[in-house]
This record gives sequence, structure tokens and C-alpha cells, in this order.
Amino acid sequence: MDLSEINPVLLIASLMVAATPLLLAAIGELVVEKAGVLNLGVEGMMIIGAICGFAITVETGSTLFGFVAAAVGGAVLSLLFVLLTQVALANQVASGLALTLFGLGLSALMGQSYVGVKPPSTPELNIPWLSDLPVVGPILFSHDLVLYFGIGLIAVVWAVLKYTRLGLILRAVGENHDAAHALGYKVIRIRVLAIMFGGACAGLGGAYISLVRVPQWTEGMTAGIGWIALALVVFASWKPWRVLLGAYLFGGITVLQLNLQAAGVAIPVEYLAMSPYIITILVLVILSADKSGAPASLGRIFHASH
Amino acid sequence: MTTPLLRLQGLTKAYPGVVANDTVSFDIGEGEVHALLGENGAGKSTLVKMIYGLVKPDSGTMELRGQPFAPSEPRTARADGIAMVFQHFSLFDALDVAENVALGMENPPAMNDLASRIRDVSETYGLPLDPYRRVGDLSAGERQRVEIIRCLLQDPKLLIMDEPTSVLTPQEVDILFQTLQKLRSEGTSILYISHKLEEIRALCDHATILRLGKNVGECIPSETSARQMAELMVGDTLQTPERGGREFGEIALDISGLSVPSPSEFGTALKNLHLTVRKGEVLGIGGVAGNGQDELLGVLSGEITTDRDAVKLAGQPIGKEGPTARRRMGLLTAPEERLGHAAAPDMSLTENALLTGSVREGLENRGFLKWAEAQGFAKKIIKAFDVRTPGPENAARSLSGGNLQKFVIGREVLQDPDVLVVNQPTWGVDAAAAAAIRQAILDLAAGGAAVVCISQDLDELMEISDSFAALNEGRLSAPRPTTELSVDEIGLMMGGAHGIEVAHV
Repeated sequence: MDLSEINPVLLIASLMVAATPLLLAAIGELVVEKAGVLNLGVEGMMIIGAICGFAITVETGSTLFGFVAAAVGGAVLSLLFVLLTQVALANQVASGLALTLFGLGLSALMGQSYVGVKPPSTPELNIPWLSDLPVVGPILFSHDLVLYFGIGLIAVVWAVLKYTRLGLILRAVGENHDAAHALGYKVIRIRVLAIMFGGACAGLGGAYISLVRVPQWTEGMTAGIGWIALALVVFASWKPWRVLLGAYLFGGITVLQLNLQAAGVAIPVEYLAMSPYIITILVLVILSADKSGAPASLGRIFHASH
Repeated sequence: MTTPLLRLQGLTKAYPGVVANDTVSFDIGEGEVHALLGENGAGKSTLVKMIYGLVKPDSGTMELRGQPFAPSEPRTARADGIAMVFQHFSLFDALDVAENVALGMENPPAMNDLASRIRDVSETYGLPLDPYRRVGDLSAGERQRVEIIRCLLQDPKLLIMDEPTSVLTPQEVDILFQTLQKLRSEGTSILYISHKLEEIRALCDHATILRLGKNVGECIPSETSARQMAELMVGDTLQTPERGGREFGEIALDISGLSVPSPSEFGTALKNLHLTVRKGEVLGIGGVAGNGQDELLGVLSGEITTDRDAVKLAGQPIGKEGPTARRRMGLLTAPEERLGHAAAPDMSLTENALLTGSVREGLENRGFLKWAEAQGFAKKIIKAFDVRTPGPENAARSLSGGNLQKFVIGREVLQDPDVLVVNQPTWGVDAAAAAAIRQAILDLAAGGAAVVCISQDLDELMEISDSFAALNEGRLSAPRPTTELSVDEIGLMMGGAHGIEVAHV
């Protein structure tokens, strides 16, 4: 066992990469749930994003097109959820589960010819001088753009929800859809847009896995990150910065335990492998003790009755 | 002749199976307080929703100051100077006061400016409010202020108020009326919906009466008696419940020194509560909603258990017993919320009769249900209480509010309780059904049962109760004989007008 093999700088740099898919999917789902919709199909939208992004990047050679395609793919799949829950007024839990199962199956079908293909690598930021700084350079200035986009998105979502009229209306719809309707807001339209935003974010998160974190395509490669994202939103008490914190915590422990495994620590691998899930949930449960509650209309079906 | 502010002509709106409004026409003048009167289901709400742009009329036209007016959505109506205070508050519990106000405005100013404007307007009209408080923590009266201020900030020409006083103490009602009169003197017209006739007589210049969707008459409220208006609303003569003088027996229900926390986040804890009811006595408990009524009902029904000796039924300690055990001993309860608490909405009337009646009526045998007897019991309730329904196999949800209320009250009354506890027995029920329910409660008391009636309707409490106590922030005042009390005294017992003052301008 040799813990000195673990390089803290590389550890931090790689935890940011490990956390980004979770962060993107969770911030999207946060917006969806703030609008009062519970979409359990995050895993399905992520894996569709993963294959769309992978396929388009391989075909065009451009990771930018790839990520755009991933966002579009996730959003298009979320339209299925829109159709079920906002138009046909079906149960959101069942529809979300169906979306996940459908996404997993469809992605496997779409990805058949991409197994084993290596995608073009995603360009990383390289700012002369800044990126070469010791410690700070690898941590802050040497990542791909999507990672920065994810952090920026957290800030934007936080600011929009807190300071803008758009955010206020979104929260109002999630809080009490009947009252929002009575005041003349378009509940369904706002929810549809929120669901599509959530789908696009989940798609981006999925593509980040297939293009950056594990640059290859395998079936079911999102491996439950979508479910962790759902739990993260709840335990983060629907607060954007806590989503960031939770995602980095999860990413950090994931990377750390891999390093510990490699260093041959005398803890059974199974315990190490489950540690990110347990510790993330424990910390967020403790944080969520302040009882700021869920949006009051979360998961309830809205029907504009007379 | 001047042009009225708003003229409605032949407005008709039909829903599948029911015509909500049938060629309704009337005018609202400038600076006039116009009352819209009618029973539940008379079509008042649909009518105002058409004016507010929430519902489109099937036919008929509206004119605002002589111009055609057909709002396609609430924001167009708001832009034309129509504002509305809703019956079920359209507020967002988790947001603060300023955010709630901003949501009801077209172009709200920045939050800081808005907060100071809210302070200004609320002080001008004597309705103090802190813009940064969370609405979920406010009392019912304060929540209504939020709605009113939201409307006032838009300088409305017509303010629609849908049953605004149902949640207020008498003092709060007085202050609301002063605010409304001040608005009228500034030239704002008010469309005032209510079925409380004395209020309308005190406040309104003109009244239109709706029955079954039709305009059945107009009157000047100050020149018409409440009884005449009530009969126009019902279309029939009204019967006032009778009560005979009677002797009270021994103590049937006794609560002493009871303190319990509320099970819900926004609930009210009960604090050191004492209460005794004798056989044959009707104890009325008044108070504004949210002052511990639900908790008190829970304590009596057995949904909230307490110290063993805190609640005694005929001398027996029952504080730790659950609802079924209490039913067996003769303590029956009928909660306020009809759908979901008193009755299971999607279950049939027979099943609902079984749910509370199985113990006392012997409707089950070693775990097996006696369907025939249960159906017989349901039929008995339907017949005795004149519940209008095709039969006991219909779902509770399919009944109108008043009919379901008759059913859930009748279900308890017919089980021959020793002590009956009812919460808001005539809430949202039309006048004829309310009279029937009150009569049944009085008859039950005359037969020797003790009755606790929790209600926010003071007229009702004055009519049926022998003694009156008020719940205020979880504390119960000492009961006093009803005959000695005036409405003002009752208002003071209810805690008066929580920090409101009269308009300053």
C-alpha cells in the first residue's frame, strides 16, 4: 500500500471531470422539479444523450456538434414524457420509469455499430501561462469547455430562479399550479419548456460520459448516474449550489476510492465501490435537515378544469 | 343616463350536463358596490371567471365603459383594470409576500421598490404587512390582505371579491368594509360575492341574485330584508331551526389541562385547554380557521392521542384510545373536509357508511362485511337526511357539497352518539341544507346527546349553541352562555382584529 502514489492535484482535477455528468443531469432535473414535474427518466435521457453525442462526434469529427446533438437528443426524448404527462395526463412516476427503460433500449439499438469505436478527443482549454501554473493550472485552467459550462449553468440557474421574473413564475407554477393558472400563467407551456431543458441537460451529461470521462460507447454506460442525480436534487433541497457541492463530493469520493483501490488499501473493493453513494447521501441528508421542502405541486397532475 | 362601468348582456356558459350561466345580464355602475348573491352552484363563480378572462362565455357580450370587452386571459382583464380576490386564495405558500404580489402584476417593479410600495399601500389602507414574510406562515386574515394589496397596487377600476369574509373575525370584517368603502369613495367599483346577507345589506348599493344560473331578481339591499333576499336565493320559504328549552344532564365530555403539539408544519399547538360538555348541551366553538380547530377535532376523534386522563368520556379516561374505540364508546366525530377526511371520494356511499358505521351499527362479522346491512344503513341516511343522489352505489365524489355534507353528518347522527363533535357542519352548504343539518344537531341534543360544534360561522353558532367558547392561537376561552353574548364580545373572544387598524386616508 502506498498512499504517496495519489497525487492530490490530479485527484482534484479528475474529480471535477467525474462530477460533471452528475452535475449537468441534476441541475436540469432541479429546474424540472422546481416547475412541479417529477421526471424519473433522467437515466434514459442521459443514455440517449450519450449515444447521440457519441455517434454525431464520430460521424462529423466535431465534439461541439456531438454535444449539441446530445442536448437535442435528450430534449427530444423528453418530449415523449411531455406527451404522456402533460398532454395525456398520465402518471409521472410510471411515465418516467418507462422513459428510462425506453431510453436504455433505444440507445442500445442506436449504438450497435459504435461499440469499440474511439471518438475524437475533446479539446481542452490551454491558456498559455495560466494553464502551466503549478497546482492551480491543472485544477482550474486545463479542462474541456463543457465542464466550465456545467459550473456556469449552476450559477445561471441559481440567479434565474432567485432574481428574475422567469424564475419566479417557474417556482410559482411548481408551488401551486392552480393558483398560477388562476393568475393567468400558462402552466403547461412552462412545464413543457422546463422538461425539455431538463432533457437537454441530461443529454449533455450523458455525452460527457461517452465523450470525455470514458471516451467510448458501451451499452448502459451511464450506470445509474441518472438515479444519483434524482436523489441529489432531493437531498440538495432543490438548491443549485448544493447540487454542485453534492456532485463534487460524489465525484471526489468516486475518484478517491479508485485511487485507493489502485494503491492497494486493505479495505474490500466492494466497500470502496459503495462509499461514494453512502457518503454523498449521508452528507446531503444532514444538510437537508433545514426542511426547506419540495415544490408543493411536485408530481401532481395539472388539469385546467373550469 | 350615464354609461355603466361594466354591462353584461345575455352571458351564457354551459358545461357538460349543466348550464352554469343562462343569459345573465346586469350593469355595474361607476363607484358602485354591487353584490352578487346566490346559493352554492348558482353560477356566481363562473360568472366572475368570465369577467376575469378565465372562462370564455358561449354567448353574450360584455361592455366596459361602452367599449366591447372580451378578455381572452386574465392578463388582458387586468390590463383593463379588473382585479380579483379569490375565494380560495391564489397564493403560493413557499414564496414571500412581495413575490406573491409580483406574480399578480403585469409589470412589477424591482423587488426593493415593490417592497416599499407594499408597505406604503398596506399602511394607507390599514392592512399592515411585512413584504418579506413567507405566506405559508401568515394567518388567514393576513393572507387575504396579500391578495387585496396585490389588487390595489394595480389601481383597479373594478375589484371582484369572491366570499372575502368567510375567514375573518368580525373586527377584521369591519376593517375590510372600511377599506372597501374608502375604495368606493375613490371611484372604484366593487363586485362583491357572498351569501352572508347581513354583510351585503351593510355594504352594497345594489344586488343581483342568481339561482341555478339565471338572474332571478335585483334589489337595493339596504331596503330589502335578509329574509326576502334569502328566499329569492333559495326560491322557497326558509325554515328556521327550532330549539326547545331543555335541562342539561351530567358531564358527558371533559377535557382538562390538555396541551398537544400540532402534527403538521403550519398547524397550531393546543395550549392548556379545558372543556366540559353536559348531556343535552350544544357547545359552540368559534374562531378563525387555523387557530387549532383541526387539532381539537383530532384530539376528540382520537386521531391525535394524548395523556390518558386528559380526555374523559362520561368519566372514563380515553386519551389513549383510537377512533374506533371511541366510536364504540359513543363519541362520534364529523371532520370539516368532506372529500378525503369525512368521506373517501372514490368509494360508494355504502362503503363510506361502512367506514364509520361498522362498529356501532354492527356492519361486520368477524372481519367479514355485511353488505346488505351496510347498504340498508346508507339508504337510511339518504332517506332521513334527504340526500339527493340516485342511490347508495354512487361515489361520494359525485355528490354536490351540500348533499355530501348531509350524508356525512347524517351518518354520525343516525349512529345515536352520546357525544357528537362536528367541525364546520354547514361549510359551503346552501341555506336549506344548512337549516336541515342544524335542526338535526338540535334534535340530537334534545334527545340527550352532548354536541360540540366547531364553526367559523358565528350566526350558526348563535343559532344552535347553548354556550360559546372561542379558540385563539390554540387557547380556548372560558365558555359563556350564548344568550348573554353580543357579536362584539364574541369578536373580542376570538382575539379581535389581529393588529389591523382603520384606513388612514
